[in-house]
Amino acid sequence: MTIKLGVPSKGRLMEKTFEWFAARGITLSRSASEREYAGAVDGIANVELVLLSAGEIPRELAAGRIHLGVTGTDLVREKLGQWDQQVQELAELGFGHADLIIAVPSAWVDVDTLDDLDAAAAAFRARHGFRLRIATKYHRLVRDFLRAAGVADYALVDSQGATEGTVKFETAEAVADITSTGETLRANHLKLLQDGLILKSQATLFRSRAAVLSDADRDTLSQLCQMIEVD
Amino acid sequence: MPDTAITRSAIRDEAIRLRALFEATGAQVVDPPILQPADILLDLYGEDIRARAYVTSDAMRGEQMLRPDFTVPVVQMHMAHGAEPARYTYAGEVFRRQEDYPERASEYFQTGFEVFDRTDPAAADAEVFALIRAALGDLPLRAATGDIGILAAAVDGLNTTPARKAALRRHIWRPRRFRALLDRYSGRAPVPETRAALLASADPLADCAPLIGLRERTEIESRVAALRDDAAAPPISENEVALLDSVLAVRETLPFALEHLRDISVDLPAIGPAVARLAARVDALAQRGVDVDALEFESSYGRTSMEYYDGFVFGFYAEGRSDLPPVASGGRYDALTRVLGQGVEIPAVGGVIRPGLLLDLRAAS
Repeated sequence: MTIKLGVPSKGRLMEKTFEWFAARGITLSRSASEREYAGAVDGIANVELVLLSAGEIPRELAAGRIHLGVTGTDLVREKLGQWDQQVQELAELGFGHADLIIAVPSAWVDVDTLDDLDAAAAAFRARHGFRLRIATKYHRLVRDFLRAAGVADYALVDSQGATEGTVKFETAEAVADITSTGETLRANHLKLLQDGLILKSQATLFRSRAAVLSDADRDTLSQLCQMIEVD
Repeated sequence: MPDTAITRSAIRDEAIRLRALFEATGAQVVDPPILQPADILLDLYGEDIRARAYVTSDAMRGEQMLRPDFTVPVVQMHMAHGAEPARYTYAGEVFRRQEDYPERASEYFQTGFEVFDRTDPAAADAEVFALIRAALGDLPLRAATGDIGILAAAVDGLNTTPARKAALRRHIWRPRRFRALLDRYSGRAPVPETRAALLASADPLADCAPLIGLRERTEIESRVAALRDDAAAPPISENEVALLDSVLAVRETLPFALEHLRDISVDLPAIGPAVARLAARVDALAQRGVDVDALEFESSYGRTSMEYYDGFVFGFYAEGRSDLPPVASGGRYDALTRVLGQGVEIPAVGGVIRPGLLLDLRAAS
């Protein structure tokens, strides 16, 4: 039996993950062919590298098809109900930082807090006959956050990309999206709400609570945890 | 209590048996479709309904919901071609996502009874409560009652601006935001710095960023004007906040609650008519044979459920089983008929029983 480690299959997240493990004596590598999603693990036995889209890693962890996985906290919390009962956070990897935030047009000088957003939404709905639209792909996180804050009279509209552009194109009045620097927001004439930080996310190593472990797997896992200095 | 102990067909039989009880009292049997257009429910309840209902879609009809309850389709059906007064009963499955309570059923039967009758609201309230209690049989259940109308009247009676009252009324069903607003309006919470800066600026829109999106300049200006008006209005007095808090704190058996609320209404006369309606309901319940002396009343009851219950609210709970949802619940929802009726309001009150839970509790007792 082997321990399956899920890692994002491309881009900076993959490279940074490889670097993080390399610094701890575990060498992850992709097979020579760039097209093939297979990889190798050196420095520890009985660990298998599984290259997956970062967005699919939460689901695979929840199903127990991989034992460990690297993905963003945002994706785990968005995609898994009662996430902390399905997976365990083993280590924050210190990269892939991204904040999920709510932003509104900078010209809305009357809106700086959730309280303002709620009041503006009520007036907007009365005036336009529909709820104030917030474009996002993080439906659950945003909805839970706004419900806890008691914001009403909004509607979420799905946006899987170029979310900051939705206000200009009048398909939404506000956005809830990941931002790492805020430059995209400014370029699109948007500003953060002061208390609109929904989640601070970063790349994190998760352990599946559902994956079956043999005795040998447990040994492998504890050896791996020792190497990456996780209790 | 595992649901598997009792078969679906047994639950279905029980749901139909309960429906027959309501039918025997003169209610008309209705059977709304399971698939409901999502837009009406979304417009009514907002995004919260997405967290609680299953949404599906097809390319022709767009978004559809598996009915999360029967109330909305029954109201629509009544408004489209119902004669007044009317009594309806129904039995069938409802579907609820349970992401926060995975141990709860996401598909279960409901048997309901709804009354559309404007002649005597107190009698209609008592009729629904008493018939549902009778249908539950002799199980030892705790009944909880409340009245959203009293809190709404207390808000309306505050000595403050119409805008503040409207904002507070809008958030009766969101206790946290309600409290935050009240703290702001009474001067207990400080004005946020950004708000203070905005109010201090002579022309806040003077050199703002380019305006994008559907929300227009006039809308921003009118909210700035509203904020200026609000800043100029005197705070809600400590005394009035204390009165509102005392209304919210009422929690005792009905006769004491009624006395207590009458005492409060001396200082807060605006709640007088709502308290009189409560008194009429107590009489009507007593006439129906309900032991009102033992019935609990809580002013805040029902505030965290779905919006649109705006008067009498009630629920029946298994003693010592706070982990379970109510076996039956209901209330008055005149406001819902107002929204769905586009100006036409039909006073309505109703309630539902969960036959599956009822059978579980019977088997356990």
